[in-house]
Amino acid sequence: MIDSYIPLIIMVSVGFLFGLSNIVLAQFLGPRKNKTKVKLEPYECGIEPTTSARERFSIKFYMTAMLFILFDIEIVFMYPWAIQFKELGMVGFIAMNLFMILLFAGFIYVIKKGALQWR
Amino acid sequence: MEQWLVQSLVLGLKMFLIVNGLLIAAAYLVYFERKISAWIQNRIGPNRVGPLGLFQSFADVFKLYLKEDIIPTLANKGFHAIAPVISIGIAIAVYAVIPFGEYFYLGGEKVYLSIAPHINVGLLFILGMSSVGVYGLTLAGWSSNNKYSLLGGLRSSAQMISYELSMGLSLIGVLMISGSLDLMQIVQSQTGGQWNIFFQPLGFIIFLVSAFAETNRTPFDLPEAEPELVGGYHTEYSGMKFGLFFLAEYVNMVTACAMMVLLFFGGWDVPFLYETLGLEQGSVLRALVQFGVVVGKMIPFLFLFIQTRWSLPRFRYDQLMSLGWKVMLPLALANIAVTGIIMMIFQ
Amino acid sequence: MSTTVILFSILAIAAIATGVSVIINKNPVASAMSLILHFFALAGLYLTLNAQFLAAIQILVYAGAIMVLVVFVVMLLNLGKESALTERFNPRTGIAVSMGVLLIAQLAIAFFGQPTGYNQLSDKAALNGTAESIGTVLFTEYLFPFEAISLLLLVAIVGSILLAKKQQKESV
Repeated sequence: MIDSYIPLIIMVSVGFLFGLSNIVLAQFLGPRKNKTKVKLEPYECGIEPTTSARERFSIKFYMTAMLFILFDIEIVFMYPWAIQFKELGMVGFIAMNLFMILLFAGFIYVIKKGALQWR
Repeated sequence: MEQWLVQSLVLGLKMFLIVNGLLIAAAYLVYFERKISAWIQNRIGPNRVGPLGLFQSFADVFKLYLKEDIIPTLANKGFHAIAPVISIGIAIAVYAVIPFGEYFYLGGEKVYLSIAPHINVGLLFILGMSSVGVYGLTLAGWSSNNKYSLLGGLRSSAQMISYELSMGLSLIGVLMISGSLDLMQIVQSQTGGQWNIFFQPLGFIIFLVSAFAETNRTPFDLPEAEPELVGGYHTEYSGMKFGLFFLAEYVNMVTACAMMVLLFFGGWDVPFLYETLGLEQGSVLRALVQFGVVVGKMIPFLFLFIQTRWSLPRFRYDQLMSLGWKVMLPLALANIAVTGIIMMIFQ
Repeated sequence: MSTTVILFSILAIAAIATGVSVIINKNPVASAMSLILHFFALAGLYLTLNAQFLAAIQILVYAGAIMVLVVFVVMLLNLGKESALTERFNPRTGIAVSMGVLLIAQLAIAFFGQPTGYNQLSDKAALNGTAESIGTVLFTEYLFPFEAISLLLLVAIVGSILLAKKQQKESV
């Protein structure tokens, strides 16, 4: 079984090597000159940058990431259920419905609390 | 030992073909994107390099190679360089499990039209890898230390993770019908015109919308919304590093189209085609026809991607997020429930 | 040596190396990226145990979902100067090191005391890790834990909203 995964592992490394080699190649091909201080400043449409870009951000991004984790875990449980759906029959269907109702209750709570309100 | 050598050679050749095929596909997608946008806007488009401008993209690639690589002083140099590598590496890596046909025999050796054919969890691998692809954009935005880049990177990651949910859920219906996570078996379960699109129309629409959002294409191209964010996450990128982001976007587009064809449109299946042509299982010709059918089915979707970009305006960010969470997610859940009920009744 | 053993050795070294780099890196983002690589190595290790579904989930959930939040947090909390992260000697460090040594000693005793060597998994065992068999077992034998998980996740959703909402009210 592990043998069938070796081409996959190789392919992943091929992808990354491709990217890496291109960047290295471009280093040699491209010109290296004329690096003035102003040129290397962060681009802000001509205005001199004042503060660091890394500031604190809206909590909504964190909220989205947290909710994403939770819902992603719920979906992960659905994959093995879905491919065994025909074999599991009614019991599996009811079990998943129960699971989905609870998930949906959580979802409604999220919406009602306005956690996903991006305004 | 002899067989081991042949297998590695075949594998190497397949990888070479896939990577180069993707490069050429991306090059011509860029060309057609420019041509089609020109036609839509009543312009001519590229027409100078080669006949009809057909070599324009290659000229662009050479230009990108010969450009100066600018790294801003405040950037984290290592991450700044790694971010495009992550993007393109992951975009290419998913092709390990995407089949373009079944197999053929070459001198007694069974050659599959995919790099790793017996992956039991192939679809999960694609989803997992594309979810890791978020880091390419996030890192690019963060490492540039530029306000526009950071905002673009952040937006893209929040957008991609949100639509990943509906994308994952939209595929559950397909999995219920096919009963496998192996893309080859999913296609085989649709043999004879029983394409999933007929049973999962809603699932397909949700998948289509999520695919647009995942590839950061208009109307979901908020990460690089030019009027507000300059260039988004790749504002501070130039030369080939920018080129790799660009390439990754087009490769991801091809991946999305390939997944639509394989999951919803029967892959290489065309009713009665192989019987009429008299192509037997395992012949080289049949494999070639299968490859042609898959690519042929992908073209309309690629056109749709391009056409949409030049016809629709961009969403506002709050609209985008509420579409993902408040419309797509419940719709996908409903789709699963309805699919389950119908399958229970007709079983 | 079989492919599994070779693969295991490579992945084990990779896992340890990335794990160490998570700890010793001064830059929190570099640590987070090492942790992602570590999860990939772990996924590979699951593969050597024929746990294909688990390997895919490891990438999908840990590397693709949980780490997104971690990266968000370390990127945007703006920890500032790296010197802020240097810590003075802490009695906890001593305790942790001695515990670690103890664990390694225990593992060494277990490993060298009864050298079982490497056993090829049987063909039947190889099928246990597929998504199909996990689906079957999860929805028959482990049905109750599965339903309990949905409650757990519901609590987590409510908890995360409560935490965030409280913060928001103060800031407004």
